[in-house]
Amino acid sequence: MATELVGTPVKRVEDRRLITGKGRYLDDIAMPGMVHMAIVRSPYAHANIKSVDTSIARSMPGVVDVLTGADVPYNPLPMAWPAGGSAGIQNNVNTPRALATDSVKWQGEGVAAVVAETAEQAADAAEAIIVDWEPLPAVVDAEAATKPGAPQLHENAPNNVVFEWSVGDKDGTAEAVKGAEVVVKQRLVNQRLIPNPMETRGDIGLYNPGTDEYTIWMSSQTPHIQRLLLAAFVMGVPEHKIRCISPDVGGAFGTKIFCYADYVLVLLASKRLNGRPVKWVESRRENYQATIHGRDHITYLEVAGKRDGTVDAIRVKTYANLGGRLSTIGPGIPTTLYARVLSGCYRIPNVYAEVVGVYTNTAFVDAYRGAGRPEATYVVERAMDLFADEIGMDKAEVRRRNFIPPDQFPYENPSGLGTASGGAKIYIDSGNYEPALDKALAAAGYGDVAAAKADAKARGKLLGIGLSSYIEVCGVAPSKWIGAVGEGWGAAMWESANIKVHLTGKVVVTAGTQPQGQGHETTYAQVVADELGVPMDDVVVQHSDTQGTPFGYGSYGSRTSSVGMTAAIKAAGKIREKARRYAAHMLEASVDDIEVEGAEYRVKGSPDKKKTLQEIAFALDLAFDAPEGMEPYLDETSYHDTPNCTWPFGTHIAIVEIDEATGVVDLKRYVAVDDVGKKINPMIVNGQLHGGIAQGVGQGEDGSLLSGSMLDYAVPRAEWLPTFELDETVTPSPVNPLGVKGVGEAGAIASTAAVANAVNDALAPLGIRHLDMPLTAPRVWKAIQDARAGSSNGHGNGKEAKA
Amino acid sequence: MAERVSLTVNGKRHDMDVEPRRLLVQVLREDLGLTGTHVGCDTSQCGACTVVLDGSAVKSCTVLAVQADGSTVGTIEGLTPADGLHPIQDAFWGAHGLQCGFCTPGMIMTAADLLARNPDPTDGEIRHALNGNYCRCTGYQNIVAAIRTAADEIRTGAGATPAEAESGAGAASAAAAG
Repeated sequence: MATELVGTPVKRVEDRRLITGKGRYLDDIAMPGMVHMAIVRSPYAHANIKSVDTSIARSMPGVVDVLTGADVPYNPLPMAWPAGGSAGIQNNVNTPRALATDSVKWQGEGVAAVVAETAEQAADAAEAIIVDWEPLPAVVDAEAATKPGAPQLHENAPNNVVFEWSVGDKDGTAEAVKGAEVVVKQRLVNQRLIPNPMETRGDIGLYNPGTDEYTIWMSSQTPHIQRLLLAAFVMGVPEHKIRCISPDVGGAFGTKIFCYADYVLVLLASKRLNGRPVKWVESRRENYQATIHGRDHITYLEVAGKRDGTVDAIRVKTYANLGGRLSTIGPGIPTTLYARVLSGCYRIPNVYAEVVGVYTNTAFVDAYRGAGRPEATYVVERAMDLFADEIGMDKAEVRRRNFIPPDQFPYENPSGLGTASGGAKIYIDSGNYEPALDKALAAAGYGDVAAAKADAKARGKLLGIGLSSYIEVCGVAPSKWIGAVGEGWGAAMWESANIKVHLTGKVVVTAGTQPQGQGHETTYAQVVADELGVPMDDVVVQHSDTQGTPFGYGSYGSRTSSVGMTAAIKAAGKIREKARRYAAHMLEASVDDIEVEGAEYRVKGSPDKKKTLQEIAFALDLAFDAPEGMEPYLDETSYHDTPNCTWPFGTHIAIVEIDEATGVVDLKRYVAVDDVGKKINPMIVNGQLHGGIAQGVGQGEDGSLLSGSMLDYAVPRAEWLPTFELDETVTPSPVNPLGVKGVGEAGAIASTAAVANAVNDALAPLGIRHLDMPLTAPRVWKAIQDARAGSSNGHGNGKEAKA
Repeated sequence: MAERVSLTVNGKRHDMDVEPRRLLVQVLREDLGLTGTHVGCDTSQCGACTVVLDGSAVKSCTVLAVQADGSTVGTIEGLTPADGLHPIQDAFWGAHGLQCGFCTPGMIMTAADLLARNPDPTDGEIRHALNGNYCRCTGYQNIVAAIRTAADEIRTGAGATPAEAESGAGAASAAAAG
């Protein structure tokens, strides 16, 4: 049917409440009788807990309850995505308890909780809890943690290894590397980062002793999953006795996907207090300590090929730091979502990846925007540049020569996406990478770079240009692939939508997805309004409450548009079909004779014999005259399981200038050409790209591990960023009716590598071959000084790199 | 132990007893129910709590309520006219200057302060003015565009004036503030 709203930049329906201060975020909710919780956290990265003395805290003003690990009768938090899934890979699993009992494995792990009448009283009393610590040696570097003599975190994880997992053809890749004309090696660090949504996490637990039911308001991306995990894996409470509600969520970027200890604590505390609501709001300091971090890979890369520019093999060994205990899907990120897409948009016939998941005395690491794919993009895009440098070929040309050609789709990559049997393979279904590269090169003025470098040099600046050609895998997989391969949540990955056309003709859409700023209330309404031919104002989209929405897996992995909205389209199709049948009854015609245009249901050949959807809804919802066998009401639900993932791609180009005297990196221009397929709302798509680019640029340029607060942590500011220059190609996805692919993560996947490549390009004239992130001024300045002093210090000759 | 404090918030005077350690943002959010002002950090970095205090944008997490005794405070709720939107709000909406919306009230109050001081800022001046306000969703690009649009709109005479924005008093409370 003709679309009117899809594809247009409709202003967001969410915005009026948000721009007027009438949004309702977790901390905006207050309830009668509500008490406040503070969590006592470990000041040590590694320590045994000898005793916890709560006596002083219990006697302090306003304190109503104090909890220690011994008071929590539940299981540890779940880990739902082991490396290799059910494929027999040994995963040495240790997950956090709601409160630690015997030992802590990172600074910030919770050991006690205080509940008081006010948040200030709770904080005061938390200070008065005395823990007798036995500090232990700590290790924070993933590679060092696996070496002999390193502090050991868990008895069941010798050498701190969570898992050793590999993918690809080991022997074939070894042979290709051995026989190659050119082999380049490099050690790459993709540093840990803190995701920093503007709203920290928080929750309110409410137990009803009259019904034995638990309700939790949570700033979460996944309320349905949290209910399942809390019920079935942690608390043992029947699933139908828990209700999870996400109010407005102030950004998440992955951090709010997971099952956290505080969910358990607010519910338990409310139960112990016979039903008083218990609120906990994470401070920013706690957010840095106790909400997941991202990335943190050390990778030994070998890229092999011919002097004609052909890349024949990539081999990596990656140490993935997963923190002191495992987060909900920590092991899945550096395996399925990293190594399986390591070759990116390139036709590299031999790929082999070994991934070692490692425990260290750090906060747990899990999915942050892009999750595995930015790490893979960083590796393969640095590989392309290093290889080009080695053979003396233009970096764009090397990429061009190795792209998967457009006639090779569907393409099965060699690192094992297609390993499932039984017809459930994932393949890269579509793509056309060269036009995006060409557009980006033209926009960036790639042909004039030499002149620009000379001009910059005359001003005391080193100019560099960095390319990043990427693909993303969105939707996070058909359920049967997850089942066959054994990788994924250990659950299905379909999405759901329900549509009701009420008696007055107004439409309510409920969905199992959960927005965190993406504008789902707008985009779902655009899609459904078009499908039903009704004005957008007549459609409201509801979400984020396990009571009243169909089960859904939530929003992450750029999956809502491709999977969730396809479910909405299917539900709308069912509505149309039922309306058509009832229209035939009303118009005394045969169903086959009813044609639908927009909201009009007409008898073919008799255009004046027609009923609108509103008239049909009114009559059918009243059902005074429903035909035999037809149920009242226009109310339909659909569940959609995507037949394949979707594959956005593109090329991003960063142009930087480095001040030779200070090492300060200035991002001068940023060009992004993305192909995200069709767009439901191009304004929202561009906004997602802007934000993703800014986050990825922020990782490349800044970041710090020794950061207790936003005071020390370099979140990108407005003044540090240029105006991003966006362009597009449009290759519709063949696997969903909208032709959409997803856009939430693309910017963050491409941009870090683009900036890192640009900085390395700028430093190349000094003989610097590779400088790791974060590319802070002190680090860049030191590299420049070392280069001038003639010391490579590991930045220079790749043949000296550790292997 | 509590101190008597008088605050004029969005044109309405409040006399209240406040614990000396309570922050202005806590009083606004918890005592007056003005939850449009948000808390995003604990070190005065993020700017989500920005309000206009006696004519200047401040981070209300960095002001003790007792320090604000006798002051006028403008919040996002006061900026909003009863019958519509302030031009800055309208521009944020039109330019897609927000995604999750958590930083947005602080951004808008900072923009109001900027436009009161500089009615025709360059993009560079806008970006500089936003240095105390973090956004993690937008990459700032559409926020800059929104503020530029709002500046044009206000200068050409439509909607509220920067002076109204500065005092935090929109159409609803302008009379009371006067």
